[in-house]
Amino acid sequence: MALPSTAKGSHPAHAGKPRVLVSSTSSDSHTWNLVFLQLLLEEMGNDVVNIGSCVPDDLLIAECRRHRPDMVVISSVNGHGALDGERLITALRAEPDLSRLPVVIGGKLGTRGSSVFGQRLMDAGFDAVFEDSAGIEPFRSYLELAPHAVELEATA
Amino acid sequence: MTGTAVPPQGRFAGAVAAAAARGVLVVQPRMGMPLPADMRAGLAAVRRARAATVGTITLDSYTRVGDHASARKALAEGSDLNGFPIVAHGAEETRRMIDALDDPRFAIQVRHGSPLPLGIVEALADAGLDATEGGPVSYCLPYSRTPLRDAVDAWARSCEVLAERVPGAHLESFGGCMLGQMCPPALLVAISVLEGIFFRRHGLTSVSLSYAQQTSFPQDREALAAMRRLASEYLDGVAWHVVLYTYMGVFPQTEAGAMELLRSSAVLAQVTGTERLIVKTAAEAFRIPTVADNVYALEEAAGAARGADPTTVPEADDSGLYEEARTLVESVLELDPDVGRALLKAFSRGLLDVPFCLHADNAGKSRAYVDQGGRLQWLSAGSMPVRAVAPAGAGRLTADGFLTMLSHVQRRFDGPVLERGRGRSGLTSSPSKV
Repeated sequence: MALPSTAKGSHPAHAGKPRVLVSSTSSDSHTWNLVFLQLLLEEMGNDVVNIGSCVPDDLLIAECRRHRPDMVVISSVNGHGALDGERLITALRAEPDLSRLPVVIGGKLGTRGSSVFGQRLMDAGFDAVFEDSAGIEPFRSYLELAPHAVELEATA
Repeated sequence: MTGTAVPPQGRFAGAVAAAAARGVLVVQPRMGMPLPADMRAGLAAVRRARAATVGTITLDSYTRVGDHASARKALAEGSDLNGFPIVAHGAEETRRMIDALDDPRFAIQVRHGSPLPLGIVEALADAGLDATEGGPVSYCLPYSRTPLRDAVDAWARSCEVLAERVPGAHLESFGGCMLGQMCPPALLVAISVLEGIFFRRHGLTSVSLSYAQQTSFPQDREALAAMRRLASEYLDGVAWHVVLYTYMGVFPQTEAGAMELLRSSAVLAQVTGTERLIVKTAAEAFRIPTVADNVYALEEAAGAARGADPTTVPEADDSGLYEEARTLVESVLELDPDVGRALLKAFSRGLLDVPFCLHADNAGKSRAYVDQGGRLQWLSAGSMPVRAVAPAGAGRLTADGFLTMLSHVQRRFDGPVLERGRGRSGLTSSPSKV
């Protein structure tokens, strides 16, 4: 199994391949990063729902309920990812039915180094944070190896 | 370049037509400054460049999404904006800015990127400008979450307002630039032609069709020839020209590689009879280009076009691209007598399906790849009436393979420069991946 399975029990709506929802943040209009992630996740045996760029927080929450993913991957490269991410994860975790859904974030998240916001984003509710400067390998390893998302801190 | 009984053209289309009659390529920058004095200085520098130029006023992101209050606030606080806020400045201020140019008749196009452009069209008409660009598909699917239906309605109304208020107004379809890269040329050509038909249906008598340089000179040459042939077949009665965009994808990071790519686009434009070229600068991979960067790029492109020798560049491919594009156009037009409704039906049925476009109204079943010869091909065509040619070997697109394809052109133009060891210092890492 390629993905953390923590939320499986609460999302029994589909069987077969793990379902991953890929999304950008509200202010980020980039899409090639999202397409790359979709291909990577598909390659690793997942079904991917890619909801694209400039996703408002309430739309992300609605799409999580509609698709019932096993995991949510947020990607942002416009430098506002830390700000947008903290706000969206706070909103998402406030929803009781989504409080345990595995959600990770990655990309070019700020204009300064990752140590500034990695822990803060984890504290706000993300299960893992991946900074662009570390490349894609930590994320790939996370998908391959992590049995429990909460045990990992990719930016440490 | 024109069909029968073409009405008089305005300033912008007239300037392009005059240069084309002399066999001279018109070159144009992307350029937008928040303050009128800076915008005027930029336009003046473009006009003075040693090239046949037209000017650009690129609007800022707030104006693009209709948030004029934020644009006014930014102006009041002296904050930076990424373009000229034409609505916040108002018609009088914009007119004053243009009237203060040495040549107040200088041809200028307003560039914006809005799926709902009515306010922008009214503002440019109020300010006495006569040219803009976009389209119901090309400014909706790649850059917005606006439903395609809303964009089609808004663009229909905007075309009608532009045509009524500005005699000789010119509108360019951005349809040949979908997502900038990785879209096979036949679909780019078809969407641009369909948007041109849409513009004519809604009253415009002067249009241009766009095409963004892709990964292969011979393939691009075939695509531009197909576009001209289709334009002459479908745009009878309107004045039209073709505009080429220098490569819009992941750009070379060496100065020499970037300028070589720019010159190759100018040569492509010249040998295909393309009338206008939107240039890129070498600075673009690193920062927002200065006026001087733009002038340099305009002059470099104009020089390359002047020196282009059709006998020494690769011939056009003969792959059936015209037939493929024509089949796409015809199968869309057959869906409904109204081209706007036909476009909506085409996207909902996947008869048009832009690869890698994540918009909810795009079917998302098609995928493309760069083949061994550097040409863009369909890996899967979804429900489109075109044939996919699977690559030799694995028929699957991997994430790593995709990244390699995204930077195909960058590698091709930077590679020789870096091998010569004269690369510009300060190369940045590869584009963001996650």
